[in-house]
Amino acid sequence: MRLKTSSLLAALALAAISGLAAAQTVKIGIITTYSGPGSAQGDQLDKGFKLYLKLNAGKLPPGVKVEPVFRDDTGANADAAKRLAQELIAREKVQFLTGVVWTPNAAAIAPLTAEAKVPFVSANAAGVSIPRISPYFARVSFTLWQSAYPLGQWAAKKFKRAYTVVSDFSPGHEAEEAFTKGFKEAGGEIVGSARVPMTATDFVPYMQRVKDAKPEVIFAFNPAGKQATAQMKAYADLDLNKAGIKYIGTGDITTDEELQNMGDAALGVMTVHHYSAAADRSANKAFVAAYKKEYGEKLNPGFMVVGAWDAMEMIFHAIREQNGKIDPDRTMQLIKNYKNPNSPRGPIQIDPETRDIMQNEYLREVRKVGGQLANVELETLGTLLKDPWKEFNKPK
Amino acid sequence: MNHTGGYVADPRIRAIEWLPWAIALLCYFVAPTYLPLGSYVLTMIIFALSLDLILGYGGIITLGHSAYFGTGAYAAGILAARLTGEPLIGLLAGTLAAGLLGLITGLIILRTRGLALLMLTLAITSLCFEVANKATSWTGGADGLGGFTIQPILGLFKFDFLGKTAYVYCLVVLFACWWLVRRLVYSPFGASLTGVRENNVRMHAAGAPVYRRLVIAYTISAALAGLAGALLTQTTQFVGLKVLGFELSGELMVMLILGGFGRIYGAFVGPLVFLVAQDYLAKQFPEYWYFGIGAMLVLVVMFARGGILGIIDAIIARLRRTQS
Repeated sequence: MRLKTSSLLAALALAAISGLAAAQTVKIGIITTYSGPGSAQGDQLDKGFKLYLKLNAGKLPPGVKVEPVFRDDTGANADAAKRLAQELIAREKVQFLTGVVWTPNAAAIAPLTAEAKVPFVSANAAGVSIPRISPYFARVSFTLWQSAYPLGQWAAKKFKRAYTVVSDFSPGHEAEEAFTKGFKEAGGEIVGSARVPMTATDFVPYMQRVKDAKPEVIFAFNPAGKQATAQMKAYADLDLNKAGIKYIGTGDITTDEELQNMGDAALGVMTVHHYSAAADRSANKAFVAAYKKEYGEKLNPGFMVVGAWDAMEMIFHAIREQNGKIDPDRTMQLIKNYKNPNSPRGPIQIDPETRDIMQNEYLREVRKVGGQLANVELETLGTLLKDPWKEFNKPK
Repeated sequence: MNHTGGYVADPRIRAIEWLPWAIALLCYFVAPTYLPLGSYVLTMIIFALSLDLILGYGGIITLGHSAYFGTGAYAAGILAARLTGEPLIGLLAGTLAAGLLGLITGLIILRTRGLALLMLTLAITSLCFEVANKATSWTGGADGLGGFTIQPILGLFKFDFLGKTAYVYCLVVLFACWWLVRRLVYSPFGASLTGVRENNVRMHAAGAPVYRRLVIAYTISAALAGLAGALLTQTTQFVGLKVLGFELSGELMVMLILGGFGRIYGAFVGPLVFLVAQDYLAKQFPEYWYFGIGAMLVLVVMFARGGILGIIDAIIARLRRTQS
């Protein structure tokens, strides 16, 4: 009898514990782009999040569960993104916000996170000054200064005259500014610069203008995707490579998911970026294999997939450390001290002062590997590089 | 089609016309976490009302009404970014700027009719879009204009995180717009607009100053659209190029047709149903929700030409017939 009672008690206690623990569900609000012209980018984030959640659900403390809440911001549409974030915070009571492809959307959401004290991890939006809007904002993606500035310094050693062609919106402006600063500081000369409207489909006039100016190198930036392909094809069609003009840029112009569409025009293009699907690290090989298994042999993960993956990894870290009981300030403390030596892109960590990502930047060249185009990493230009812009523009 | 309104109708406010306001007030208390969506719906209702005035009553088919909405939005945004974040001055600026643009463009384009008019409205929207896209130092270009703050309304009511102030603000402005549009529609001016829509030639023959009437209606409508734009700017504290896109014009027309045009309350029902459905579907199926919207529109166009209010009319008419 006594045995029975005690075992019953034990069972009850167990049930109570597991009942308590089961109540520990952490809600994560994920805002990305499923419709409109930006849906290709949104899809990359979506794939990264879903892959991570699928493979890592078991890596949480017992009883702790994660519930993702997905929302569609329909593109660079700050008022919709802000409304969605408001609703996610007020109605869904999410404890984390993440996702966000577009800088204006992230900039519109950031003030809310300061008011509501909800940690917000940018998985892509790269606008360099966003972290200063809210102390609850952190970024695992990148800034354009991180890649364009070292690229400018490297390029000046090889070329003296450069022409910049960038998309006419703030990431394009940031890339242009960063490259120009790096290139000029190292002794190069900018012979011309063009800003191409976001709606442009025909890049031939711009490339013709470049050809006439006879630079040694073009620095290009387009948002990852179709525009980059169109611009590169215009470069090849006008035989700029035969005229001895080299094509370089940030990794946005040769993203791994888009690269196969660019064809041989992309061969020999040199870029600086933090992630290549062709990288030789074991963590990356496992990651690419998992991605191919889930989404198809022919697809390669682009840098946005890695952004989403690492954002979720960081959020899971914060959940684990707090055993599922999320306190926003403790979370930000954990995020600020976050380090991951084994991301698919190499070692990463969060700079505790700026809450921005520190990561390696690699110099790559587009080559054919096994019949497929790939961004082959040649050398590491910077190890655990901080965002240069914040170093040049310290808050007063 | 059975259009209510016009000079012959009884202009007194019927009991049922208080229903939308009762519902709006109820929402404030019952669904406090839906207020940001609510504010957006209210803003779009004002915008749809402005279109109803010229499309439903004046018979002017336009796909360029976002030009005025966007002008109002940018006027309010630029004012807040450069001079003052006082909301009522911002509303006034948005209304006047859009009204002025409406007057100038109306004087030109209303000389044409039909397809030519439709093309011109599209052209004006494209022009405005390009101006906003290029004048980056004023409008922020493709990045949009943000980072300004809107001061408390009358110095008393601060825009809060949950959007309570914004909701009440939108509701009050909508009430004023509704009152104005209703007055206009039930006045001799409104009757002559309906006349132009129904039989343009006859109105000319009757000696009515058709062109002048249309320009006045167009200007008022543009001003109201600008007011709605300014309201959107102030409640979201951001202006993006989308406010000038012709997608928005198209979406607006869809909302109005969905509700039923030429009857004021179609402009209430359409945006409400469209945006709530959009919100709901986008939540259930974040990847495929556009399909649901498309299916809904196909059904309405096939089976309910008079929009949702048209269906209700038909049901009421049938009930009456069976009773008698």
